[in-house]
Amino acid sequence: MEFYIQLVISGLVLGSIYALVALGFAIIFKSTSVVNFAQGELLMFGAYYCFSMVVQYKIPWFWAFLLTLVFSIVLALLVERLVLRPMIGEPVISIIMVTIGLSSVLRSIVTAVWGTQIQVYEPPLFPETAVNLMGIPTSQVYLWSFGLAAVLLGLFGLFFKFSKAGVAMRATAFSNQVALSMGIPVKNIFALAWCIAAVVSAIGGVLIGSINGINIQLGHFGLKVFPAVILGGLDSILGAAVGGIIVGVLENLSDGVLKSAFGLQGIKEVAPFVFLVLILMVKPYGLFGKKEIERV
Amino acid sequence: MLNVNNIEVVYSDVILVLKGLSLACKEGQITTLLGANGAGKSTTLKAISGLLKSEEGEVTKGTIEFMGEKLNGMPPEKIVRKGIFQVMEGRRVFEDLDVVENLRCGAYTRSDRAGVKRDIDLVFDYFPRLRDRRSQLSGYLSGGEQQMLAIGRALMARPRLLLLDEPSLGLAPLLVREIFRIIAKINEEEKTTILLVEQNASLALQVASYGYIMEMGKVVLDGPCEKLRENPDVREFYLGIGEGGTKRSFKNAKHYKRRKRWLS
Repeated sequence: MEFYIQLVISGLVLGSIYALVALGFAIIFKSTSVVNFAQGELLMFGAYYCFSMVVQYKIPWFWAFLLTLVFSIVLALLVERLVLRPMIGEPVISIIMVTIGLSSVLRSIVTAVWGTQIQVYEPPLFPETAVNLMGIPTSQVYLWSFGLAAVLLGLFGLFFKFSKAGVAMRATAFSNQVALSMGIPVKNIFALAWCIAAVVSAIGGVLIGSINGINIQLGHFGLKVFPAVILGGLDSILGAAVGGIIVGVLENLSDGVLKSAFGLQGIKEVAPFVFLVLILMVKPYGLFGKKEIERV
Repeated sequence: MLNVNNIEVVYSDVILVLKGLSLACKEGQITTLLGANGAGKSTTLKAISGLLKSEEGEVTKGTIEFMGEKLNGMPPEKIVRKGIFQVMEGRRVFEDLDVVENLRCGAYTRSDRAGVKRDIDLVFDYFPRLRDRRSQLSGYLSGGEQQMLAIGRALMARPRLLLLDEPSLGLAPLLVREIFRIIAKINEEEKTTILLVEQNASLALQVASYGYIMEMGKVVLDGPCEKLRENPDVREFYLGIGEGGTKRSFKNAKHYKRRKRWLS
């Protein structure tokens, strides 16, 4: 039993990080209707940059973390300004190809600068001693990651509901032209969407990096986030959160249960996608996605 | 207040829509712009508000001046800050935002929180129905309520010049009357200058004080509304009243007999 609870706990942690990255993905898709295939690379970049500062330059964690966020904002602004803004109004398929290209470029830069070795944060971000959670020893990294992700998701929920910029972002997502007619500077909103996406991804990258170590495989995280986002409905913030957590738990449970029961190797990678297909057969717009409001 | 001089508008570099259009709006008045479908009324409004750019349109000739300042080529968000606000055709409320959030979007360019709060109440005073439905998603409002919301959202920006594009579109006649009554009231109480584009000529000529009639991208006739209401061409082709003051019916319609001459 303890084994399964442990699986669920680590699933929840992984899921909450998925949820963070999925949030970034959903924000970009919702306000700019760009499907961002470079989401995982944004995450990887954040993790590596933080690694550089903590391990190579020995900057204290607090400042290193803040600088990581600043750096991801700069990266996001550059990407938005130089790569995506010229693509406004181009066909969707071209924009998707551009983000795929962007992901290759970012991955190559990371390989060139930091190499392909697995790296670990030293000193670690959170204390390494385990704490007792309802009789189950759990490492503190897990608790902190889950807590941080949950707080961030909550904050963004409030941001979209109550802040002027958040409401304007939702308005822009509904219609760029009408938002323009309100005097909402749509281009700045696009830039803001990219910034938020890069920041949450970088945080996700640092968290996952302090759990599993950092290597080039982190880029594939972006692919894992797909089932999470699609599950939740591409354009829903709440959906991204729920989808992320479902995928995380599912991945871990299927790994623990199915692998030991049937000896299926690699089921971990496939399970979320199988579940995704099943859900989409029943609810084509995802769990929380809305096609359009129909008035009756 | 607003002076449009001889503008030409081209869509996608080839389609010439406005061919030397001029009009002016006097401060504090309602000016109306009438015309058939495809005459270029909405294009005129979009040229003024700068939204043309998002539709591949461009003002290639002429000038648009507001309070003595040239608006040509200015980005729309700046034009809104200058005090011009367009209510687009077909209501276009943010359907997955609730009523209050829609209103807050209208006030995006303002930074006085207290004033925004007060104006939300002001909008609810003009449109009491919106107050009852304040926390509902605006996608679920009725057509009339959505139009009220669209106008209310414009008021939130405290515009000096309000561009209204067919507020009567798709609404029941009684609702149209109510909307027009409120438009006149807004003009009177808030001293907002209004440029009104309409298909419903008789109502528009009642609330407005000066009118322009356009066809094929040009103004063919303009004048004070009382005069326009007397013009035989306007009476026949826009108000549907025959020469003897009788209502025209299709039974004895002989449009080919009378040609439009647009003599003022």
